Amino acid sequence: MLTNSNLIITIIIMATTTFFTRLVPFIIFPSNKETPKYILYLGDVLPYSIIGMLIIYCLKNISLLTFPYGMGEIIAILFVIIVHVWKKNTLLSICGGTILYMFLVQTIFI
Amino acid sequence: MKLKAFKAAFPYTIPVLMGYLFLGIAFGILLSSNGYHYIWAILMSVFIYAGSMQFVAVGLLTSIFDPLGTMLLTLMVNARHLFYGLSMITKFNDMGIKKFYMIFSLSDETYSLLCSTKSPKNLDKNWFYFFIALLNQSYWILGSAIGGIIGSLFTFNSKGVDFAMTALFVVIFINQWQSNTNHTPALIGVFASLLCLIIFGANNFIIPSMIAILFTLTVKNKPAKERDPQC
Repeated sequence: MLTNSNLIITIIIMATTTFFTRLVPFIIFPSNKETPKYILYLGDVLPYSIIGMLIIYCLKNISLLTFPYGMGEIIAILFVIIVHVWKKNTLLSICGGTILYMFLVQTIFI
Repeated sequence: MKLKAFKAAFPYTIPVLMGYLFLGIAFGILLSSNGYHYIWAILMSVFIYAGSMQFVAVGLLTSIFDPLGTMLLTLMVNARHLFYGLSMITKFNDMGIKKFYMIFSLSDETYSLLCSTKSPKNLDKNWFYFFIALLNQSYWILGSAIGGIIGSLFTFNSKGVDFAMTALFVVIFINQWQSNTNHTPALIGVFASLLCLIIFGANNFIIPSMIAILFTLTVKNKPAKERDPQC
């Protein structure tokens, strides 16, 4: 646990850095100038790659070599994929997947 | 005029209302189950307002104080936001003082809503976009507050609640996958990161992954879709 002052500093750093990442394109590419093609290309494709990376980030602490071999994550992710492709209901997919995962890691794959 | 824009904006935000309430509650519970008062969950949702980053932040708040590491991780997790603004430069151009809030509140969900929503005719479009952004953030704050309070009132086993973030990313991944025929960028993201995770380990793979992704995308310069001039 952090002390209150360290906590406040950490939150300020996260808040300003987050705002900075959102502000940068508006500074570099004012609306009266043309945005380079390469940057527009990155703006198109990068969101797809980054979400893939964030999924791996979420799963980084799984150990496939020791019990439960990431089975909780694998089952819950398969559930989310199937339910979401089938029903296309974001709330159902996220809520259902999370409750299933909590059940799995609290009762079966302890 | 403002009220009219508000009323018009609300229905568009209902899907986000559901998603943000649940994720916000999950975040609030997670933070308070780590011993933090719910006021911190609310403050983070007011001032940081970045869903995935706030889940990652719980990990930072439960380890040692590390300002530089916090900044780098925030940059990495939020790097995709560097590109959201590119689609909004003309849209926000004449919004005056509201532009600052629009930029501050450009989360994944607000971005995708603003991309896919056109302001109805006979409405002040600036107020319409502003209320979409404002309503979305208010759902997120409300969810965090509810979660934080629930987490402090009841002691229950919240183990695994952070899977809400994984599920959110999987859902976004599927939505993107289905909205697009070129899956190369998505696959590059998954496999470059997986490779870097194996090589560099769980604590050091994000920066190499970003470099590998940028490099591979640059080499394979092929647009993911036809540019949508509306977005």
